[in-house]
Amino acid sequence: MISAFFIYNQKGEVLISRLYRQDLKRSIADIFRIQVISNTDVRSPIITLGSTSFFHVRHENLYIVALTKWNANAALIFEFCYRVINVGRSYFGKFDEEAVKANFVLIYELLDEVLDFGYPQNSEADTLKMYITTESVKSERAVMEDSAKITIQATGATSWRRSDVKYRKNEAFIDVIESVNLLLSAQGNVLRADVAGQIMMRAYLSGTPECKFGLNDKVLLEKDPSNRRKTSNTVEIDDCQFHQCVKLGKFDSDRTISFIPPDGEFELMRYRTSDNINLPFKVHPVVIEIGKSKIEYRILVKANFSSKLYANNVVLNIPTPLNTAGVTCTASSGKAKYVPAENSIVWKIPRFQGQSEFTLTGEANLTAMTHKKAWSRPPISMDFQVLMFTSSGLLVRFLKVFEKNNYQSVKWVRYMTKAGNYQIRF
Amino acid sequence: MDVFSKPKFFANNTKGENAELLAELNSEYRDRRKDAVKRVIANMTVGKDVSGLFPQVVKNMQTEDLEMKKLVYLYLMNYAKSNPDLVILAVNTFVKDTDHVNPLIRALAIRTMGCIRVDKILDHLCEPLRKCLQDDNPYVRKTAALCVAKLWDLDQERAIDNGFVTTLQDLISDSTPMVVANAVIALAEMQESSVNKDVFVVNVAVMNKMLAALNECNEWGQIAILTSLAEYRPLDSKEAESICERVVPRLQHANGSVVLSAIRVLMIFLRYIRNDEFTKGLIKKMSPPLVSLLASAPEVQYVSLRNINLILQRRPDILQNDVRVFFCKYNDPPYVKREKLEIIIRLCNDKNVDQILSELKEYASEVDVDFVRRAIRAIGRCAIIIDEASERCVNVLLDLINTKVNYVVQEAIIVIKDIFRKYPQRYEAIIPTLCQNLDSLDEPEAKGSLIWIVGEYAERIENADELIENFLETFLEENSQVQLQLLTATVKLFLKKPSQSQEIVHRVLQTATQEIDNPDTRDRAYVYWRLLSTDPQAAKAVVLSEKPPISVDSSANNLSPALMDELINNISTLASVYHKPASAFMGNKAFSADAVRKAAVADARDEEQIMGEDNVTSPTAPAASAPKNAMADLLDLDFGSSEPVATPVMSPPTSNSNKSGPNYSADLFDMSSDMSSGGGSSVFGGMGGMGGMSGMGGLNSGFQQNQNQNTATSPTASRNDAFGDLAGLGGFGQPAPAVSQPKPISSTQSSTVNDLLDLF
Repeated sequence: MISAFFIYNQKGEVLISRLYRQDLKRSIADIFRIQVISNTDVRSPIITLGSTSFFHVRHENLYIVALTKWNANAALIFEFCYRVINVGRSYFGKFDEEAVKANFVLIYELLDEVLDFGYPQNSEADTLKMYITTESVKSERAVMEDSAKITIQATGATSWRRSDVKYRKNEAFIDVIESVNLLLSAQGNVLRADVAGQIMMRAYLSGTPECKFGLNDKVLLEKDPSNRRKTSNTVEIDDCQFHQCVKLGKFDSDRTISFIPPDGEFELMRYRTSDNINLPFKVHPVVIEIGKSKIEYRILVKANFSSKLYANNVVLNIPTPLNTAGVTCTASSGKAKYVPAENSIVWKIPRFQGQSEFTLTGEANLTAMTHKKAWSRPPISMDFQVLMFTSSGLLVRFLKVFEKNNYQSVKWVRYMTKAGNYQIRF
Repeated sequence: MDVFSKPKFFANNTKGENAELLAELNSEYRDRRKDAVKRVIANMTVGKDVSGLFPQVVKNMQTEDLEMKKLVYLYLMNYAKSNPDLVILAVNTFVKDTDHVNPLIRALAIRTMGCIRVDKILDHLCEPLRKCLQDDNPYVRKTAALCVAKLWDLDQERAIDNGFVTTLQDLISDSTPMVVANAVIALAEMQESSVNKDVFVVNVAVMNKMLAALNECNEWGQIAILTSLAEYRPLDSKEAESICERVVPRLQHANGSVVLSAIRVLMIFLRYIRNDEFTKGLIKKMSPPLVSLLASAPEVQYVSLRNINLILQRRPDILQNDVRVFFCKYNDPPYVKREKLEIIIRLCNDKNVDQILSELKEYASEVDVDFVRRAIRAIGRCAIIIDEASERCVNVLLDLINTKVNYVVQEAIIVIKDIFRKYPQRYEAIIPTLCQNLDSLDEPEAKGSLIWIVGEYAERIENADELIENFLETFLEENSQVQLQLLTATVKLFLKKPSQSQEIVHRVLQTATQEIDNPDTRDRAYVYWRLLSTDPQAAKAVVLSEKPPISVDSSANNLSPALMDELINNISTLASVYHKPASAFMGNKAFSADAVRKAAVADARDEEQIMGEDNVTSPTAPAASAPKNAMADLLDLDFGSSEPVATPVMSPPTSNSNKSGPNYSADLFDMSSDMSSGGGSSVFGGMGGMGGMSGMGGLNSGFQQNQNQNTATSPTASRNDAFGDLAGLGGFGQPAPAVSQPKPISSTQSSTVNDLLDLF
């Protein structure tokens, strides 16, 4: 039900135009350019003009635009646009104007394949790479497979995996990546704290392996009475989503995660939890406006995790008013400097040992302003990465691989916590 | 392929390019021909006409080079229509290709043939299509399945006569999930445009087959199946439960559109489930996935939020403890923030109101003016929804007024006026604070609001006459909205304190009748003047009548149940994003303007009925439908005049989630106004043109109110009546002698008014 698909550059030039339905003409592309790209006042990703609806997503320096004249499934169209971006990235490394221009023939081929009559078909980059190839992709797949086999596989129940994968050494890597979102009020109350987790897997396993995967999931462990005593160390997961390879029916009935993985890297699972979150950093900001010409800052940051661990690339963005003339500041560790373009003091601490704490003191001088509008005090935002630490306390309990050849496989697990939206109001 | 070494396909073209391409296409070297075809496609992309090269391009179709073949096919699809006679050149190759050993080529040929909409091709399409539908290879079958829909689109009879519809129905039992999914997609689309609606009837057998394929097929296939599953009508509660159980696992899917499609099925089937326990469990299972959708890309979030808004209206118990997740992040895009705000208000209750208020206060200090205003309005809505919290809300508003930020002050005053209407006589103590900000008001709506407050509480404000006098200094320069309000306020002042203000009222009426050209203002002045001079008691009854408090009843925030049902059936689609039935924006494709008008009238009647039920006391005017018809006719005119130009139809977040009553007709009005605002303005710009419309939902109905009064019918339903006063504020330039009519109006009084009207 996508009637047409366009890719524009920032200037509004059409880079790719593909009509799937006859209810639209190519000239409709100009309408989008006039109404959306050259209009600075557009505030919605969906726009209906006449009876045509335009859905657009911006990526790098491109507009990815899908059109429909139907009462189409809006969520599907946006998910699809993002899928096109992902496929593009997987093929070209980067999906921007340059890549589109250099590979437009291939993109037409892909668009012909992923959408038919406006309905999305197979959009898995891995599968597509089997039969839509460029020189660079070809070299990756040394042997061109028989197209009959490819097509059967592409439409089958495990469309994400080829059947004849072989590795000398069978390995699987699991990365648990957690993004902590925090919103702290000016009074120091936690308004919102949650963790959005992602479990990435790189599977280099031969044949058609059946995997079983276990977490310290509270619901699962409490169901089994033999595990009762261990329940102190469990995590309550609010919700999770799985890669399409996971058998959802099975998860729904007994909460086991079993799947036949695609070959290579993929996102196995996403989860969300808001229970019992260990915030890796505490921030105590004191910001005082002295008269109309000066603001005093005193920001204290404390690492709240074990002293054996450390955080990398800690960055604090401390906002200053628009009329800041200059800032003097000193930090007890790392480097702090005023960045006028961002209207903030950027404080970088490359390595932050657990349990340690640092302070920044500073003073911003303001120029006189004619209008009276008060400073809106945007929140301090923070960025960091902590290795081998999960804010939610989530742990991988096991990963079992069953394959008819019964080979030995090696599994690796890594944990990382990084900042999602880590914001502190003051 | 050498695209990397020659990325200059989009290079500047000279005049003779087509001639040059012509030569290249005829070249004896394959590589040069291929490059030429690529350049042709590049030209096609940027919108240049390369249809003249048709025969030369098609000549290159017969090749073993798959990439080349695809390029030529792409060209064919675009230009076949402009060269229908030459298409026949390609037919042979197509037919041959559908017999190729390589399934990819077979599929490609059948896929492309279906896209060439030329009758001559159709004659040759049926045989290969029949073969491909029976192909051993599932990839070819799934492509052929969609091809049937393509054929159907061109020639339904041919598709039926050749038995393709039956074959397609058989494909639902295919062993390959993707074939099933595509058969479902094709059938569902054909069903929609079929005459007898018998192409795809989702019965028990079909439903079971679809459920079986649901677990196996890819994400898009799952959506297709879920969409068709929603068409099924379960026989009893038990069956609905078992289907829901099969659908629930989909809520864990990584693709947000699969989740929303599953939610749609569940929401529809919930209607059939009589088992309360099960319903409760299901609702509990639906909440976390809805929250998880907020972690997706902003555009998907936006669609999700609009749908959550709908779901909350139907199932207010869902997400009750999750208000925090809807708090805005500083860097959310504006359209996401706006929707989150709407949902925060929907989730507001006496337990979380403090938390929400402090959050809203935070938003009110942000930079985005539009968002700040919405946040302030939201504070007002909290006050109106929750009686106990109103005082806290007023305090927050006063804090905001003290920031002295101009637009914050103005918006806060508008909101406070609403609070005064809801809780009359409760917060008069704050009037002096409001009056301190007199000078900073420059927006008509804010000014009008403050004037209204002064007029309404004239007897409590010692220097009311001075204040009014102060406003009157610029009477002639004011916007008509402010003028109307000043007029009414002055008359109120006179009726309340006759001794102080006789001179003022005389002067105002004189100025208004003699020096103002605007018929609204002038006519209202005449009405007042004659009322005052003939029967001061009647004037008092009319002008100072007790106004029913503005609607707090949450149902007034909501869509009509019939529309609601339709929107629930459309969860995740555009209709659910716009909160409008599909017919309202699909324009002349499936529905003519006439149909829209009919629907509008039908819906307006529907509304009326509902309003009638709500207010048993109010006599529903039999004549009320007449003005509505008239309005719809007016709209129709609008449609007619602006249809040829591509014009903005509407903006997704309309104000109908405010307090307005007759949503749908108001929406239509909204639409027509946008249309008449011309092609240039953006969707949201169009909204801006509505003036203070979004400020108070009530204004929507103000328009109707005016219409009704204009035809001088009996009093309209009280809900409309409540906004009579606001109608003046809104200042829709209708000929409105908008005296706010008292609800329990006596027949003599109304006849007085009528007589007065007759005078003009």
